[in-house]
Amino acid sequence: MLRFVLHRLAYAVPIIVGVSLVCFLLVHVAPGDPASALIPDDTPPEIAAQIRAAYGFDRPLPIQYLTWLGNVATGDLGLALSTRRPVIEEVLPAVANTLRLAAGAIVLACVAGVVLGTLAAYRAGRTSDRAISAIGISGMSVPQYWLGIVLVIVFSVELGLLPATGMGHPDAGLAGQWQHMILPTITLATVPAGVIARSVRSAVSEVLQQEYVQALEAKGLPAAWIVLHVAKNAAPALLAIMGLQFANLLGGSILVETIFAWPGSGYLLNSAIFLRDLPLMQGTVLVLALFFVLANLAVDLLQMALDPRMNSARRGSG
Amino acid sequence: MDRRTFLKAGASAGVLAGIRPAPARAQGESVLRLAMTLSDIPQTTGMATQGAEGIRFITNTIYDGLLRWDLSQGETTAEMVPSLAESYEVDESGTVWTFRLRPGVVFHDGAPFTADDVVWNLEKLANRDAPQFDQAQANQAGNFLANIASYEKLDDLTVAITTTTPDSMFFYKVDRIGMSSRAHWEALGGDWAAFAAQPSGTGPFQLVDLVPRERAELVKNAAYWDPNRVPKVDRLVLYAMPDPTTRVAALLSGQVDWVEAPPPDTIPRIEQSGAQIVMNVYPHVWPFWLSFDEGSPFLDIDVRRAANLAIDREGIAQFLGGVARPAKGLVAETSPWFGSPTFDVRYDPEEARRLMAQAGYGPDNPCRIKLLTSQAGSGQMQPMPMSEICQENLNAVGFAVEVEVVDWEALRARRRARADGAENEGTFGLNNSWSFQDPDFGFMSAFMSNRAPPDGNNWGLYSDEKADELGRAAQMAFDPAERDAAIARLHEYLVDQSVWITVVHDMNPRALAANVTGFVAPQNWYVDLTSVSVTG
Repeated sequence: MLRFVLHRLAYAVPIIVGVSLVCFLLVHVAPGDPASALIPDDTPPEIAAQIRAAYGFDRPLPIQYLTWLGNVATGDLGLALSTRRPVIEEVLPAVANTLRLAAGAIVLACVAGVVLGTLAAYRAGRTSDRAISAIGISGMSVPQYWLGIVLVIVFSVELGLLPATGMGHPDAGLAGQWQHMILPTITLATVPAGVIARSVRSAVSEVLQQEYVQALEAKGLPAAWIVLHVAKNAAPALLAIMGLQFANLLGGSILVETIFAWPGSGYLLNSAIFLRDLPLMQGTVLVLALFFVLANLAVDLLQMALDPRMNSARRGSG
Repeated sequence: MDRRTFLKAGASAGVLAGIRPAPARAQGESVLRLAMTLSDIPQTTGMATQGAEGIRFITNTIYDGLLRWDLSQGETTAEMVPSLAESYEVDESGTVWTFRLRPGVVFHDGAPFTADDVVWNLEKLANRDAPQFDQAQANQAGNFLANIASYEKLDDLTVAITTTTPDSMFFYKVDRIGMSSRAHWEALGGDWAAFAAQPSGTGPFQLVDLVPRERAELVKNAAYWDPNRVPKVDRLVLYAMPDPTTRVAALLSGQVDWVEAPPPDTIPRIEQSGAQIVMNVYPHVWPFWLSFDEGSPFLDIDVRRAANLAIDREGIAQFLGGVARPAKGLVAETSPWFGSPTFDVRYDPEEARRLMAQAGYGPDNPCRIKLLTSQAGSGQMQPMPMSEICQENLNAVGFAVEVEVVDWEALRARRRARADGAENEGTFGLNNSWSFQDPDFGFMSAFMSNRAPPDGNNWGLYSDEKADELGRAAQMAFDPAERDAAIARLHEYLVDQSVWITVVHDMNPRALAANVTGFVAPQNWYVDLTSVSVTG
């Protein structure tokens, strides 16, 4: 097991380096000057040149990239250009905030998706199945930006029930802060809930067609026990979907975090892009890529724990 | 070190240095909660980042400069008035500026403000060998530093700054230099990062809590040296909220009391809720810069004037829901620099067609031009639909306009590349909103023939001996009235020459909750928050 984990982590290294290289190149291919976040419009050329030199922007691109990579290897992600704070101190709290939101959203999406998908599979072909499928497709298709704004208008502006933005002030305590999570969590959960509902429906339908299920029914096993058997057999495939959705939530929440002014990694990345803050952008992408790899690894390990056949297949192929 | 540890370290150091720790919010205190358009809290060490909004809410609250803008009225353009300097004078050579400092001023940490502090603050920006030199702050002081030859303390309350060339407009940059406390920086072990978490200036507010990318909390400096500007509110909370819809939702749901730049289409809903929309014209213009490069049709003054007469400015202002005022020149008519141009910038498509015909263009032979705009950007208002309206207006009088839309940063890069740059081939107009708060930046850097990039912002390579002469005269006019008059002569000439297509002045709308009182919208990029009260 340890060997497998180390093997997977070793595979992650080229992925992360590749992601950071693409990110670095994209910033430099795009028009504009990476030093523009630092230099006001009225800066004379000689002073602008001094500033570029001070930050190393006058050096050849490969040298700039390799220097950054060398620093990363020693755990130094550099300083954010726009704020001069260490990138790691910017990224980790932001990722923690995003994890908080993503965890809530994935739990909500899983509960809603599994319940609706299972119901649809058991009632395949009936009106309720079609209604649930329509809900699932709507969840997958609804633009999160639009949904977020609608939720804010209804629940914050018109009804005044929930706060519209931010994480809440620390003085408000946990009760005050969790209210701030409700609307962004619902907004973020709609797409994965739709995807999970449709996947659960498909996986459960497939398992329900298996002969062993019919045998269990013929033996007179109570329906609740049969559901447990079905769930256990459908779980590995669903776990993979959920893991992917969770990983997507980590990096794909830029719009939702911006609408709700939620200071997470998506909000941070958005701000880094607009400020052309290269170290911050690369650091954020790097940490997100790392979390993406770790999330997938955790899913693989869970899948192996749930389905011993995968473990033996790995041993057989290895 | 995580953020909490970092801030705790800053707070502990602050206690050691005499700054009180962040007090918890007290019952019954009046709090002004303000949503900025920024995505992060600007740099808090004295030289704010993120442009005018950073200076507006961080430099001008926590710090003072030697001079400041008088933002107490909105009828006329704001003027520079003494602040930490009680008075200033320039010698006969026009290069030595002597500032006499205000006695009895203290920093938030209790240290007295003296001439040594002024010199120390200039060293932090200009002297790379000084222990307090800070690249991040120096980055923000580029143009201020460019013309400084030396500075010295004459006595405890007098400082002299010498410029390399005579420049009557030098003092316009002095307000941006926030004076940080040397004693506090030393108490923090000479660490600017620690200082950023617990800064000390002389300003009317004092920072007590900072959560990066989220909020900054400031409390009033009850011992502020100017009794007329002791803040009316006890606490000011600044939120970073870049999404305009989010800001409006925060106001309508009662989470904030003030939002910057609400989108025009939300204004009726805001007003319906009982909140106030406050706006005023300020030294901003939304124009198309014109190319004077070889081959540009705008080398012909008839074409330039026709382009100006083609634009339906009232229609654009109406489209923007009234948050813009038609531009009659580069600056508003209320500015002392407007003067009396003879060319009346107005909507007159008939006259525009006549001028185009005179220049050799007509329906069968339209003047083909490409204009560059951005999809968004600082001060750009709503550049795409506004550019489309201008395109339609220009096409109606004999132009055939192609509008190229690029990213804001790409547009700025194209500006720096000059009209004769390879990437600007065929581009004869550039939509880049501009500030005329500092006349050197507004006029000199954009219109003097020796200020083409990289030495300035004269993208279009405008070169006119008379304009240069008028500019030099303004730079040499050290009497305030004479200087204003000289700048007005330059402005008149530039308007008469139709050097740009001037379209509208932004009105800089703000939405304030019904219980926010005492705010005056000045004709300036900055605001004074000390007069604001929050009731109820």
